[in-house]
Amino acid sequence: MTAAGEEVGGPTSRSARAARLPGVREPFEKVVQRHGPTVLRVCRAVLGPEDAQDAWSETFLSLLRVYPELAPATNLEAWLVTVAHRRSIDVIRARSRVSPVAQVPDAESPDKADARDLDLWAALAGLTEKQRAVVAYHYLAGLGYRDVAQIVGGTEAAARRAGADGVAALRRALGDKAEGGAA
Amino acid sequence: MSETWLEELRTTADAGLTEELAGLTAGLAAAAEREGMLDLAFATTSSPVGELLLVASPQGVVRVAFETETQEAVLADLAERLSPRILPSAERLAPAVRELEEYFAGRRRTFDVPVDLRLTRGFRAEVVRSLEEIEFGRTRSYAQVAQAVGNPRAVRAVGSACATNPVPLFLPCHRVVRSDGSFGAYRGGHEVKQFLLELEHAA
Repeated sequence: MTAAGEEVGGPTSRSARAARLPGVREPFEKVVQRHGPTVLRVCRAVLGPEDAQDAWSETFLSLLRVYPELAPATNLEAWLVTVAHRRSIDVIRARSRVSPVAQVPDAESPDKADARDLDLWAALAGLTEKQRAVVAYHYLAGLGYRDVAQIVGGTEAAARRAGADGVAALRRALGDKAEGGAA
Repeated sequence: MSETWLEELRTTADAGLTEELAGLTAGLAAAAEREGMLDLAFATTSSPVGELLLVASPQGVVRVAFETETQEAVLADLAERLSPRILPSAERLAPAVRELEEYFAGRRRTFDVPVDLRLTRGFRAEVVRSLEEIEFGRTRSYAQVAQAVGNPRAVRAVGSACATNPVPLFLPCHRVVRSDGSFGAYRGGHEVKQFLLELEHAA
């Protein structure tokens, strides 16, 4: 039992601590509790709310399949986001065979709060695939650019650039909406 | 300087997240069951003796825990001893939960759901299995149980076997009492044992 640093590290360091105990795996239910929210957030950001659920489920089933044999030092969050990314790519590829634009939820909704959400989904859908993935993994999952680059491919510098471009595009899209198109 | 876009991204990504995760976790357990990967399923149920944690393998109920133990510690122990593939599943535990409800309502005297005794072995397993023979509303002394399993001198070992019974209630270690008639120890606590014996006596 290490007392120091236990409270400060947040989810990632807690899982790292459990993983350090050789040969001891915590109940899978704990893994779902700890990483489920983050994985769902990134799936939603990359795929939109409709397809996120399937991607989430398949990602955790993949982990469950290998969980008992997984190397104890594995960074589960990075592992999960990597698998979720591959799933997302498959979904996006399948989608682009149907329609050239990423799907955005029905824009006809009259609800105010929904309308605000739709702005965000629309803004995300306007990013390139890579920008969207990088923004989700870095800003929602909190992964460093080195990990992000390994997941999306390419160099760390390229990932940083995609992240910066994505953020700029989001600011532009949402800023335009908020300030009535003053640009 | 506030990062509006980031807050909006977080808010949107978090909308209804908790509810959706509950549904997804249940769906995950169902999918794991279909693929034969749900090694252990658990559920909790409230009862007159407090909240009960029930855990089942595909073969049967493998562990029952009273409030005297924390869910977290029980599941962590099972992950280490049996398998870490553990998920909540109301479905697999539904028959066990229903039978317990019937038992506490006075409508059931024997349990039909299978038990899985893989957490106990050797002499202890023999003792725990023999508990099935003690009928509802009856009691036996530790010495009588020792005799019944053909080892009349192993009275203390019978006591520790009962104390570590992985499936209390389903295998009725609460029906084993001291020779002088006093209750003796119980995994769920002295009051729970007393409550169960009175419940069965009243029925």
